[in-house]
Amino acid sequence: MTMLHIVNKSPFEKTALDSCLRYAQQDSAVLLIEDGVYAALRGTSLSEKMRRALETVKVYALEPDLKTRGMDQSRLLDGVELVDYGGFVDLTVAHDIVQSWL
Amino acid sequence: MTDETMLEEDGHSGGVVKKFLYVNRRAPYGSIYALESLEVVLIGAAFEQDVSLLFLDDGVFQLKKGQDTAMTDMKNFSPTYRALEMYDVEKLYADRESIEQRGLTEDDLIVPVEVLSRDEIKDLMAQQDVVLSF
Amino acid sequence: MSIEVNGKTLQTDEEGYLADLNDWEPGVAEVMANVDGYELTENHWEVINFLREYYEEYQIAPAVRVLTKAIGKKLGKDKGNSKYLYELFPYGPAKQACKYAGLPKPTGCV
Repeated sequence: MTMLHIVNKSPFEKTALDSCLRYAQQDSAVLLIEDGVYAALRGTSLSEKMRRALETVKVYALEPDLKTRGMDQSRLLDGVELVDYGGFVDLTVAHDIVQSWL
Repeated sequence: MTDETMLEEDGHSGGVVKKFLYVNRRAPYGSIYALESLEVVLIGAAFEQDVSLLFLDDGVFQLKKGQDTAMTDMKNFSPTYRALEMYDVEKLYADRESIEQRGLTEDDLIVPVEVLSRDEIKDLMAQQDVVLSF
Repeated sequence: MSIEVNGKTLQTDEEGYLADLNDWEPGVAEVMANVDGYELTENHWEVINFLREYYEEYQIAPAVRVLTKAIGKKLGKDKGNSKYLYELFPYGPAKQACKYAGLPKPTGCV
Protein backbone atom coordinates (compact mmCIF):
# COMPACT_ATOMS: atom_id res chain seq x y z
CA MET A 1 0.00 0.00 0.00
CA THR A 2 1.37 3.42 -0.89
CA MET A 3 0.62 6.47 1.20
CA LEU A 4 0.46 10.17 0.48
CA HIS A 5 0.94 12.40 3.53
CA ILE A 6 -0.40 15.94 3.29
CA VAL A 7 0.94 18.62 5.65
CA ASN A 8 -0.63 22.09 5.70
CA LYS A 9 0.82 23.62 8.88
CA SER A 10 3.98 25.64 9.31
CA PRO A 11 6.75 23.36 10.59
CA PHE A 12 8.07 26.28 12.66
CA GLU A 13 4.82 26.54 14.59
CA LYS A 14 3.21 23.08 14.72
CA THR A 15 4.45 19.52 15.12
CA ALA A 16 2.43 18.08 12.22
CA LEU A 17 5.44 17.72 9.93
CA ASP A 18 7.56 16.16 12.71
CA SER A 19 4.93 13.55 13.40
CA CYS A 20 4.38 12.91 9.72
CA LEU A 21 8.08 12.30 9.09
CA ARG A 22 8.33 10.10 12.17
CA TYR A 23 5.66 7.75 10.87
CA ALA A 24 6.11 8.01 7.12
CA GLN A 25 7.35 4.75 5.64
CA GLN A 26 10.16 4.51 3.15
CA ASP A 27 9.09 5.52 -0.38
CA SER A 28 5.88 7.19 0.71
CA ALA A 29 5.18 10.72 -0.47
CA VAL A 30 4.79 13.96 1.49
CA LEU A 31 2.88 16.81 -0.12
CA LEU A 32 3.40 20.23 1.47
CA ILE A 33 0.50 22.68 1.01
CA GLU A 34 -0.58 26.04 2.52
CA ASP A 35 1.80 27.00 5.38
CA GLY A 36 3.34 23.53 5.09
CA VAL A 37 5.33 24.74 2.06
CA TYR A 38 7.70 26.62 4.38
CA ALA A 39 9.23 23.23 5.26
CA ALA A 40 10.64 23.03 1.73
CA LEU A 41 12.82 26.14 2.08
CA ARG A 42 16.57 25.87 2.02
CA GLY A 43 18.77 27.54 4.60
CA THR A 44 16.36 27.21 7.51
CA SER A 45 16.74 25.68 10.96
CA LEU A 46 14.79 22.69 9.62
CA SER A 47 16.65 22.18 6.35
CA GLU A 48 18.96 19.49 7.74
CA LYS A 49 16.02 17.47 9.04
CA MET A 50 14.28 17.81 5.67
CA ARG A 51 17.42 16.80 3.81
CA ARG A 52 17.51 13.57 5.81
CA ALA A 53 13.82 12.99 5.16
CA LEU A 54 14.36 13.48 1.43
CA GLU A 55 16.64 10.42 1.47
CA THR A 56 13.71 8.14 2.28
CA VAL A 57 10.52 9.89 1.18
CA LYS A 58 9.51 11.86 -1.89
CA VAL A 59 8.61 15.48 -1.08
CA TYR A 60 6.29 17.63 -3.17
CA ALA A 61 5.24 21.26 -2.64
CA LEU A 62 2.15 22.95 -4.05
CA GLU A 63 3.37 25.74 -6.30
CA PRO A 64 0.35 28.09 -6.00
CA ASP A 65 0.74 28.12 -2.20
CA LEU A 66 4.50 28.65 -2.51
CA LYS A 67 4.08 31.61 -4.88
CA THR A 68 1.35 33.11 -2.71
CA ARG A 69 3.95 33.24 0.07
CA GLY A 70 6.55 34.94 -2.11
CA MET A 71 8.78 31.91 -2.76
CA ASP A 72 9.74 29.89 -5.81
CA GLN A 73 11.82 26.85 -6.77
CA SER A 74 15.09 28.76 -6.33
CA ARG A 75 14.49 28.95 -2.56
CA LEU A 76 13.78 25.23 -2.15
CA LEU A 77 15.87 22.30 -1.04
CA ASP A 78 17.18 20.09 -3.83
CA GLY A 79 14.89 17.14 -4.43
CA VAL A 80 11.62 18.90 -3.63
CA GLU A 81 9.30 18.69 -6.60
CA LEU A 82 6.71 21.37 -7.35
CA VAL A 83 3.19 20.38 -8.37
CA ASP A 84 0.20 22.43 -9.50
CA TYR A 85 -3.44 21.64 -8.68
CA GLY A 86 -3.55 19.01 -11.41
CA GLY A 87 -0.44 17.42 -9.93
CA PHE A 88 -2.12 17.45 -6.50
CA VAL A 89 -5.01 15.44 -7.93
CA ASP A 90 -2.64 13.05 -9.72
CA LEU A 91 -0.80 12.39 -6.45
CA THR A 92 -3.99 11.55 -4.58
CA VAL A 93 -5.00 9.17 -7.37
CA ALA A 94 -1.57 7.55 -7.56
CA HIS A 95 -1.51 6.57 -3.87
CA ASP A 96 -3.72 4.03 -2.11
CA ILE A 97 -4.15 6.04 1.07
CA VAL A 98 -4.13 9.80 1.69
CA GLN A 99 -3.41 10.98 5.20
CA SER A 100 -3.88 14.64 6.07
CA TRP A 101 -1.89 15.77 9.11
CA LEU A 102 -4.15 18.56 10.27
CA MET B 1 -16.63 56.17 13.01
CA THR B 2 -17.72 58.63 10.37
CA ASP B 3 -15.67 60.77 8.05
CA GLU B 4 -16.60 63.65 10.33
CA THR B 5 -14.94 62.24 13.39
CA MET B 6 -11.88 61.39 11.35
CA LEU B 7 -11.79 64.93 9.98
CA GLU B 8 -9.67 66.17 12.83
CA GLU B 9 -6.49 65.62 10.90
CA ASP B 10 -4.83 68.77 12.17
CA GLY B 11 -5.32 68.29 15.85
CA HIS B 12 -5.88 65.23 17.93
CA SER B 13 -8.53 64.05 20.25
CA GLY B 14 -6.67 65.36 23.25
CA GLY B 15 -6.70 61.94 24.89
CA VAL B 16 -3.80 60.14 26.49
CA VAL B 17 -1.20 58.77 24.11
CA LYS B 18 -0.18 55.23 25.04
CA LYS B 19 2.51 52.98 23.70
CA PHE B 20 0.98 50.10 21.75
CA LEU B 21 2.96 47.11 20.53
CA TYR B 22 1.40 44.75 18.01
CA VAL B 23 3.19 41.39 18.02
CA ASN B 24 2.71 39.49 14.74
CA ARG B 25 3.61 35.81 15.08
CA ARG B 26 1.64 34.07 12.31
CA ALA B 27 2.39 33.37 8.68
CA PRO B 28 0.08 35.14 6.21
CA TYR B 29 -2.68 33.25 4.33
CA GLY B 30 -2.66 30.04 6.41
CA SER B 31 -4.83 31.79 8.99
CA ILE B 32 -6.64 35.11 9.25
CA TYR B 33 -4.41 36.51 12.02
CA ALA B 34 -1.97 38.47 9.83
CA LEU B 35 -4.67 40.26 7.85
CA GLU B 36 -6.78 40.96 10.95
CA SER B 37 -3.79 42.41 12.77
CA LEU B 38 -3.06 44.72 9.85
CA GLU B 39 -6.67 45.93 9.83
CA VAL B 40 -6.59 46.59 13.57
CA VAL B 41 -3.37 48.57 13.18
CA LEU B 42 -4.85 50.69 10.38
CA ILE B 43 -8.05 51.36 12.29
CA GLY B 44 -6.11 52.09 15.46
CA ALA B 45 -3.94 54.59 13.58
CA ALA B 46 -6.89 57.02 13.59
CA PHE B 47 -6.53 57.27 17.38
CA GLU B 48 -3.02 58.70 17.14
CA GLN B 49 -1.33 56.42 19.61
CA ASP B 50 2.36 55.57 19.78
CA VAL B 51 2.33 52.36 17.73
CA SER B 52 5.08 49.79 17.14
CA LEU B 53 4.85 46.57 15.13
CA LEU B 54 7.02 43.57 15.90
CA PHE B 55 7.35 40.63 13.52
CA LEU B 56 8.31 37.51 15.41
CA ASP B 57 8.39 33.75 14.68
CA ASP B 58 6.36 32.97 11.51
CA GLY B 59 5.21 36.60 11.51
CA VAL B 60 8.36 37.51 9.58
CA PHE B 61 6.89 35.62 6.60
CA GLN B 62 4.21 38.36 6.37
CA LEU B 63 6.88 40.70 5.06
CA LYS B 64 8.30 38.38 2.38
CA LYS B 65 8.72 40.20 -0.92
CA GLY B 66 7.22 38.87 -4.12
CA GLN B 67 3.96 37.41 -2.80
CA ASP B 68 1.87 36.42 -5.81
CA THR B 69 -1.66 35.25 -5.12
CA ALA B 70 -2.81 34.95 -8.73
CA MET B 71 -2.87 31.14 -8.58
CA THR B 72 -4.66 30.86 -5.22
CA ASP B 73 -7.09 33.72 -5.88
CA MET B 74 -6.55 35.13 -2.37
CA LYS B 75 -6.14 38.83 -1.58
CA ASN B 76 -2.46 39.78 -1.61
CA PHE B 77 -2.31 42.22 1.29
CA SER B 78 1.47 42.52 1.43
CA PRO B 79 1.50 45.89 -0.46
CA THR B 80 -0.48 47.37 2.44
CA TYR B 81 2.57 47.12 4.73
CA ARG B 82 4.10 49.80 2.48
CA ALA B 83 1.18 52.11 3.31
CA LEU B 84 1.79 51.97 7.07
CA GLU B 85 4.18 54.89 6.91
CA MET B 86 1.37 57.12 5.58
CA TYR B 87 -0.68 56.12 8.61
CA ASP B 88 2.21 57.33 10.79
CA VAL B 89 3.04 53.77 11.79
CA GLU B 90 6.77 54.00 11.36
CA LYS B 91 8.24 51.77 14.03
CA LEU B 92 8.58 48.33 12.46
CA TYR B 93 10.76 45.71 14.13
CA ALA B 94 11.66 42.13 13.30
CA ASP B 95 13.34 39.43 15.35
CA ARG B 96 16.78 38.47 14.06
CA GLU B 97 16.54 34.83 15.16
CA SER B 98 13.16 34.37 13.48
CA ILE B 99 14.50 35.76 10.21
CA GLU B 100 17.61 33.60 10.27
CA GLN B 101 15.84 30.39 11.29
CA ARG B 102 13.59 30.77 8.25
CA GLY B 103 16.36 31.20 5.70
CA LEU B 104 15.46 34.84 5.12
CA THR B 105 17.56 37.99 5.01
CA GLU B 106 16.63 41.66 5.37
CA ASP B 107 16.71 41.91 1.56
CA ASP B 108 13.72 39.55 1.46
CA LEU B 109 11.47 42.01 3.28
CA ILE B 110 8.96 44.27 1.52
CA VAL B 111 9.50 47.20 3.92
CA PRO B 112 12.56 48.33 5.86
CA VAL B 113 12.48 47.13 9.46
CA GLU B 114 14.80 47.46 12.40
CA VAL B 115 16.15 43.99 13.13
CA LEU B 116 16.40 43.37 16.87
CA SER B 117 18.15 40.82 19.06
CA ARG B 118 16.33 38.85 21.72
CA ASP B 119 17.47 41.21 24.48
CA GLU B 120 16.42 44.28 22.52
CA ILE B 121 12.95 42.74 22.07
CA LYS B 122 12.68 42.10 25.80
CA ASP B 123 13.34 45.80 26.35
CA LEU B 124 10.90 46.83 23.61
CA MET B 125 8.13 44.78 25.21
CA ALA B 126 8.89 46.11 28.67
CA GLN B 127 8.50 49.71 27.49
CA GLN B 128 4.88 49.29 26.32
CA ASP B 129 1.58 50.27 27.91
CA VAL B 130 -0.37 47.76 25.81
CA VAL B 131 0.81 44.64 23.96
CA LEU B 132 -1.53 42.99 21.45
CA SER B 133 -0.52 39.63 20.03
CA PHE B 134 -1.79 38.14 16.77
CA MET C 1 -28.61 45.52 -3.98
CA SER C 2 -27.40 46.38 -7.46
CA ILE C 3 -26.96 49.22 -9.93
CA GLU C 4 -27.52 49.38 -13.69
CA VAL C 5 -24.53 50.61 -15.69
CA ASN C 6 -24.50 50.58 -19.50
CA GLY C 7 -27.05 47.79 -19.62
CA LYS C 8 -25.20 45.64 -17.05
CA THR C 9 -26.45 44.80 -13.58
CA LEU C 10 -23.66 45.13 -11.00
CA GLN C 11 -23.96 43.83 -7.43
CA THR C 12 -23.38 46.22 -4.53
CA ASP C 13 -23.45 45.80 -0.76
CA GLU C 14 -26.16 47.32 1.44
CA GLU C 15 -24.33 50.66 1.53
CA GLY C 16 -23.94 50.83 -2.24
CA TYR C 17 -20.26 49.84 -2.53
CA LEU C 18 -19.45 47.61 -5.51
CA ALA C 19 -19.32 43.95 -4.51
CA ASP C 20 -16.56 43.19 -7.02
CA LEU C 21 -14.09 45.97 -7.76
CA ASN C 22 -13.29 44.32 -11.07
CA ASP C 23 -16.78 45.36 -12.20
CA TRP C 24 -15.76 49.01 -12.15
CA GLU C 25 -15.83 51.22 -15.23
CA PRO C 26 -16.12 55.03 -15.42
CA GLY C 27 -19.87 54.63 -15.95
CA VAL C 28 -20.16 53.23 -12.41
CA ALA C 29 -19.00 56.54 -10.93
CA GLU C 30 -21.37 58.48 -13.21
CA VAL C 31 -24.38 56.38 -12.25
CA MET C 32 -23.61 56.48 -8.51
CA ALA C 33 -23.12 60.26 -8.65
CA ASN C 34 -26.38 60.74 -10.52
CA VAL C 35 -28.23 58.71 -7.90
CA ASP C 36 -26.78 61.05 -5.26
CA GLY C 37 -27.75 64.07 -7.40
CA TYR C 38 -24.33 65.13 -8.70
CA GLU C 39 -22.60 65.61 -12.04
CA LEU C 40 -18.96 64.58 -11.92
CA THR C 41 -16.44 67.24 -12.91
CA GLU C 42 -12.73 67.07 -13.77
CA ASN C 43 -12.00 67.77 -10.11
CA HIS C 44 -14.08 64.79 -8.99
CA TRP C 45 -12.35 62.56 -11.50
CA GLU C 46 -8.94 63.68 -10.29
CA VAL C 47 -9.76 62.33 -6.83
CA ILE C 48 -11.49 59.18 -8.09
CA ASN C 49 -8.56 58.32 -10.34
CA PHE C 50 -6.15 59.06 -7.52
CA LEU C 51 -8.02 56.61 -5.27
CA ARG C 52 -7.95 53.89 -7.89
CA GLU C 53 -4.20 54.30 -8.30
CA TYR C 54 -3.74 54.30 -4.54
CA TYR C 55 -5.69 51.08 -4.21
CA GLU C 56 -3.76 49.45 -7.05
CA GLU C 57 -0.50 50.32 -5.28
CA TYR C 58 -1.39 49.53 -1.65
CA GLN C 59 -4.47 47.26 -1.86
CA ILE C 60 -6.31 49.47 0.59
CA ALA C 61 -8.76 52.38 0.50
CA PRO C 62 -7.09 55.16 2.50
CA ALA C 63 -8.60 56.75 5.59
CA VAL C 64 -9.60 60.38 5.01
CA ARG C 65 -6.61 61.74 6.94
CA VAL C 66 -4.24 59.72 4.76
CA LEU C 67 -6.12 60.59 1.58
CA THR C 68 -5.97 64.33 2.32
CA LYS C 69 -2.24 64.18 2.97
CA ALA C 70 -1.54 62.09 -0.12
CA ILE C 71 -3.66 64.32 -2.38
CA GLY C 72 -1.77 67.34 -1.09
CA LYS C 73 1.51 65.68 -1.98
CA LYS C 74 0.36 64.74 -5.48
CA LEU C 75 -1.98 67.57 -6.51
CA GLY C 76 -0.87 70.46 -4.33
CA LYS C 77 -1.84 72.11 -1.05
CA ASP C 78 -4.93 73.85 -2.51
CA LYS C 79 -6.44 70.40 -3.10
CA GLY C 80 -4.94 68.50 -0.18
CA ASN C 81 -7.25 69.95 2.46
CA SER C 82 -10.55 68.94 3.99
CA LYS C 83 -12.47 71.98 2.79
CA TYR C 84 -11.74 71.34 -0.88
CA LEU C 85 -12.40 67.61 -0.62
CA TYR C 86 -15.64 67.99 1.36
CA GLU C 87 -16.92 70.50 -1.17
CA LEU C 88 -16.37 67.92 -3.91
CA PHE C 89 -17.69 65.00 -1.85
CA PRO C 90 -20.07 66.30 0.84
CA TYR C 91 -20.80 62.78 2.15
CA GLY C 92 -17.15 62.48 3.10
CA PRO C 93 -14.24 62.36 0.67
CA ALA C 94 -13.05 58.93 1.68
CA LYS C 95 -16.43 57.25 1.84
CA GLN C 96 -18.15 58.86 -1.13
CA ALA C 97 -15.19 59.02 -3.49
CA CYS C 98 -14.16 55.46 -2.65
CA LYS C 99 -17.67 54.29 -3.48
CA TYR C 100 -17.59 56.05 -6.86
CA ALA C 101 -14.13 54.59 -7.49
CA GLY C 102 -15.47 51.07 -6.91
CA LEU C 103 -13.30 50.50 -3.83
CA PRO C 104 -14.31 49.00 -0.52
CA LYS C 105 -15.22 51.33 2.32
CA PRO C 106 -11.99 52.75 3.79
CA THR C 107 -10.52 50.78 6.65
CA GLY C 108 -11.10 52.85 9.75
CA CYS C 109 -14.62 53.98 8.84
CA VAL C 110 -16.91 51.71 10.79
